[in-house]
Order: sequence, then C-alpha cells, then structure tokens
Amino acid sequence: MATRTSSDPVLVVDKLSVHYQTSKGPAKAVNEVSFSLRPGERLGLIGESGSGKTTMGTALMRLTRPPGRIVSGSIMLDGRDLMTLSAGELREARLRDIALIPQGAMSALNPVMRLEEQMIDAIIAHRPGMRRAELVARVVELLRNVGLAPEVARRYPHELSGGMKQRAAMAIATSLSPKVIIADEPTSALDVVVQRQVMQTLGRLQDGLGAAVVLIGHDMGLIAQFADTVGVMYAGRLVEIGPVRQMIKSPKHPYTKLLVDSLPGIEVKQALTGIPGLPPPLVDLPPGCSFNPRCPFAFDRCRRETPLLLDAGPDQFAACHLYPEHSTLPPIPARVYQEALP
Amino acid sequence: MNNELLRYIASRFAQLMLIVFVAVSINFIIPRLLPGDPVQTALARLQSTGGAQNLDIQAISASYRARYGLDAPLWQQYINYWSDLFTLDLGVSFANFPEQVSTMIGNALPWSVGLLTLATLIAFVTGSLLGARLAWPRSGPVIKSVVPLMMILTSIPFYLLAIILVYLFAVVLKWLPPAGGVDTTRIMRLDWATTEDVLRHALLPCLAIVLGNIGFWALGMRSQMVSVLGEDYITFAEAKGLHPRRIFIWYGMRNALLAQVTALALSLGSVVSGAVLVEVIFNYPGLGSLLYVAIRGQDYFVIQGVVLMLIVSLAVLLFIVDLLYPLLDPRIRR
Ligand SMILES: Nc1ncnc2c1ncn2[C@@H]1O[C@H](COP(=O)(O)OP(=O)(O)OP(=O)(O)O)[C@@H](O)[C@H]1O
Ligand code: SF4
Ligand SMILES: [Mg+2]
Repeated sequence: MATRTSSDPVLVVDKLSVHYQTSKGPAKAVNEVSFSLRPGERLGLIGESGSGKTTMGTALMRLTRPPGRIVSGSIMLDGRDLMTLSAGELREARLRDIALIPQGAMSALNPVMRLEEQMIDAIIAHRPGMRRAELVARVVELLRNVGLAPEVARRYPHELSGGMKQRAAMAIATSLSPKVIIADEPTSALDVVVQRQVMQTLGRLQDGLGAAVVLIGHDMGLIAQFADTVGVMYAGRLVEIGPVRQMIKSPKHPYTKLLVDSLPGIEVKQALTGIPGLPPPLVDLPPGCSFNPRCPFAFDRCRRETPLLLDAGPDQFAACHLYPEHSTLPPIPARVYQEALP
Repeated sequence: MNNELLRYIASRFAQLMLIVFVAVSINFIIPRLLPGDPVQTALARLQSTGGAQNLDIQAISASYRARYGLDAPLWQQYINYWSDLFTLDLGVSFANFPEQVSTMIGNALPWSVGLLTLATLIAFVTGSLLGARLAWPRSGPVIKSVVPLMMILTSIPFYLLAIILVYLFAVVLKWLPPAGGVDTTRIMRLDWATTEDVLRHALLPCLAIVLGNIGFWALGMRSQMVSVLGEDYITFAEAKGLHPRRIFIWYGMRNALLAQVTALALSLGSVVSGAVLVEVIFNYPGLGSLLYVAIRGQDYFVIQGVVLMLIVSLAVLLFIVDLLYPLLDPRIRR
C-alpha cells in the first residue's frame, strides 16, 4: 500500500481495477492500482504504450466506457468516494473537483462550436446563474491565464494551432479551479519548443491553483522535469512510485531501472534502444510478476507470486520480490543491453 | 473570410450553371443526332402505333420547322433553342395537341415539389433523430428494437411498399383514396375542404416515400453518431460535467448531421427517381406521372421537357444543399 506522507491527501486511489471485456476474456488494463496525491503534488505517470495510463486517467473521472468497466476499488476525492456518487453528483464533481485534459487534446474541442461557446458551456453547467457578461469576462481571464489572446475566443478549433488547442483545453480544464487535474500526454503531438511552453504553462496554472496534477506520459525526460513524484506502470499495474530524484538516482524496480537507463545523458551511457521483449497480453498475464518474462533478475518466486507495492527505500515503493531484502538493485547483466540493440 | 464565403457561393453557382448548360445542350443535341426529321419521325412512329391518328403530321411538322428553323444551320438552331427556353417554350405535346409542354410541366410541378419536399423532410428529420437515439448508449431496449425494422424497410423495394400500402389502407380498410392527387370532381379552391382532400390523397404516397427512406437515414445517422461518440471531444464534454442531453444534441448530433447532409445531397437523385415511381403507382398528378404517360405515348417534347426539368431541379437542390452546408460546418466556410 502506498500510504505516504502525513498531510491530508486530496486523492486516494485504492485497489482500482479496470477491465475491458474482450472476446478472449477480460483485459486487465488497470490492475489493483493504489496511490495517493497531496494537494499541489505533481505526479508523473509513466509506462509503455498500452500499460493502462489512459484507462486509469479516465477511470479517475469515472468516464470509463464499455467495453471497459471499473470492476473494483475506490477513488476518494477530498474524502468522498467517486464510486458511490450518483450520475448527477458525478457531473457536479467533474471539472469542479477533478478535471481531465484527455489524450489527444488536439481533438478535444468540438469542431462546430466557437471556443468561447465551449468554454461557457463548461462554466454554465456548474454555475447556472452566471450572467453572460460575467461568463465572457471569465473566458477572457481564463484564456489570458494560458497565454492566449481574447480574440481567440471567437475562433473555431480548426482556426487554432496545435499548441493553442492544447492551451485552450487547459483553460477549460482549469475553469472551475479543480483540486485535481489529470493531463493525459498533453504534449505528445507538439514540437519540442511548443512542448516546453505548454509544460511551463501547465506548471504555472497548477502553481496558481494549488491543484494536484497527474501528468501522464511515456517520456521519462519530460516527466522528470515536471513531476515531484513518479509512478511507473507496467501491464496495468503500478510497479514503482517515489520521489523523482530518487527514482532516477536509484530506481528500485528492474523495469524502472531499464526505463531510467534509456534516458539519454543520465548516468548510464549504453546505447539502449528499448527494453528487450514485449509486454504480456492483458487478457493472459503470466502467473506471478507480470514482468518476469522480461526481467533479468527473475527467480522462482517471481513466477509464482504477484509482488505487492512495498517499501523499497525512503519514500520509495516497488512491486518486486527483490525488496525489501535488497536495498538497491544489483547491476543489470550486460546481455540485456546487448539484446536491446537492433 | 467573407470573401472566401462569396467565392465559395460563386463556385457553387458556376457549377449549377454548368450542369444546366450541359443538360440543355444534351437535350438539344440528341434529337438532332437522329437521322431524318426528329419531329416527323416521332409523329410517324406515334401514328403507326395508333397514337395520334387524328393529327395532320405534315401540318405539325411544318409548323415546327418554321418555329424552330430546323432548316437553319445548327448554331442558329442552338441559339434559337436557348431563346425559346428563356421564354419557357419547350414545344407542344403530341398527345394533347396543341397544349404547351411548359404548361403541362407547370401544372405538374407543384404536386411533385409539395409531395417530395414534405416526404423527404419527414423521412430525413425523423430518420436522423431516430438514428441518433439508436446510437446513444442510454437509449432503452424499446428504441434499440427498431433497428431490425429499419433494416427491413431499407431492403423492401419502393414500389412493393407502395402496393402494400395501397392494398392495406385503400383496398382493405378503405380509409384513404388509392390514387390521384385530389377528387376528380373537386373544383380547386383555397379552402379547408380542398386542402383536406389534397392532404388525404397525399398521405399514402407520402407514407410510401417516408417509409422507403426512413431506414436509410436512421441507419446512416446511427453509424455516424457511433463514430462521433467515440471522438475525443465527446469525452472532453463529459469531463466538463455537461448534461447528457446537451452532449447528445450539441456535441453528438450536431456533428453527425454533417455527414447526413452530405448523404442527402448525394442521394437526391435516387430520392427523385424513387418519387417518380411512387407517383406512377399512385397516379399522382406530378412530374413522375407526366413523364410516365409521355414515355408510354412517345410524346417526344414532353419527355424532353420533363427530363430537362428533373435535371435542372436536381442541380438546384444540390446548389441549395451546398449553400446550407457551410452554415453547418465552419470548416467549409474558409
Ligand atoms: N475499448 C477497448 N477495448 C479493449 N481493450 C482496450 C480498449 N481501450 C484500451 N484497451 C486496452 O487497454 C490497454 C491499456 O490501454 P490505454 O489506452 O489505457 O494505454 P496507455 O497506457 O494510455 O497507452 P498509450 O501510451 O498508447 O496512450 C491496452 O492494452 C489496450 O489494448
Ligand atoms: S518480482 Fe521478480 S520478475 Fe518481477 S521485477 Fe522483481 S525480480 Fe523481476
Ligand atoms: Mg494513453
């Protein structure tokens, strides 16, 4: 269990599981994930494509759609379990308490509505009494907060650049000052310069609001620059979570170690192009630790028993049988790196 | 941006003019490609089948030759042809000599336009609404059970549907008149009795067209809506905490409708040809019946006139849809 630090967490996720119903059986896209978030905390969630990051992000908003289903777990937001809310209460909580910038925010705007209408739509759904003039003023203010000119409000999405759309999505997501913001790969379709600007804007917004942020991505470098805490997902499970510096200096889980080593310019200089092997199919997970077929340290117990997320260092938690016996990870055998070469 | 809108309208208008020009030219060329005198040939054929015995072929033919200058060079004829068109002179009917073709078309046109506009609008609107509901995950099983019915409706041929309707409502139940546009004894006036009579006669053909088309619109809208509901902007709309009704209409239907309107433009041709068939079955006094009777009677200029009319009205409809489209989709307005 990731019960960390004492200050009151704003979000506590406990044993959350989301399955997709497929013809071959349930695909366990999110598998008993637990973590918590303090107000103002920046959590980076990282993992390969298909590891369940988006599934988890949407589940936190209870936006999971068939064939997906939240099969178990609780999502305590400010002391209220989202899982127990009615449809109406849930609508109220969305955007006001917890906001999502969906993956592909480029296409998150309705192509046939002016940006202004889409922003007003969001605000008025929660503040039905607000007058038009106030709404328009608020829109201008929100746009200014994300570095967009007031004229942009009158534009249609196709008249905005990628970076502007991303900013617009952020403006909408922050329009009711939510306590938690989930940003799903907000920079994935942008060029490097715009990426940096957008991340700075997100950081500034978050500072201003004091909101907690879950930043989803698969670029360890980008996440490391933004986040205080990093969570690593593998095959639907959270396999390691801890402070970003420590994670990079001393990764605990073998998968994290391989991820960190793949970062250019940090510690290891090996030309690692990836991690050998493929993630397991989510409908047919290997027994024991899901990572065992790819793990350079796998031993008997790994093929029998699923590791829990346990203490692996100061503030660091890892789901690996090497802990808590070991305090650091032994060096990874050289053959792993060789296999990774093309 | 306004300039671009103007340019768009201008280009669509040019397209309309081009279609009209080509249609008229083909209508001019074809009869003149036939060997011999088209008028005389047509009349002779008509007489040999016993269609117009009491007509003086030579007289009619001569009057045509004089009127249209059929002995003049082709380019001269072509110019005459256009100027005749502008004075709405489409020739005379052989079967109803000396009635003007333009008068006959003028009499038939309101019936067709009224029936078709009403029926197509009803089919399009109800079909699209139904289709949108079919795609909505919250819709109950009662609504979803309509899908097979819609599939059956789209696969039944038009004329079969019409015959079933006539049999059921006119022959067996005797609720509605089986054919015609209005009671043969009625004197047309702008009063309630006439209106009611016209509506009663229009009901079955209208129903036939609506039932024949509604499945197409419903299933089309359903698949559009399903793909729209999978878009990121729907997820984002939900994440904003909007009411489902608002998402359904302004984020879902509003976008799914774009493809529907495109489909409407594309299917106008089949809508019109289907309506011709329905008019024939119900002996409805519109262009379809006029065309049918003209073809059976080999009434040459009437056929020509109606076909020209159909092509031109199709082009005009397409033009109207093209003008409506940018109102719906801001991305076209650029
Ligand atoms: N609608 C669906 N039906 C079936 N399986 C699905 C569905 N959506 C996602 N999945 C599966 O769930 C797993 C997790 O998907 P998810 O989109 O959450 O991954 P992700 O970590 O966000 O990946 P990416 O980095 O590519 O965005 C994937 O293996 C995917 O195949
Ligand atoms: S539990 Fe075993 S297989 Fe899994 S990561 Fe740890 S050592 Fe590797
Ligand atoms: Mg994703």
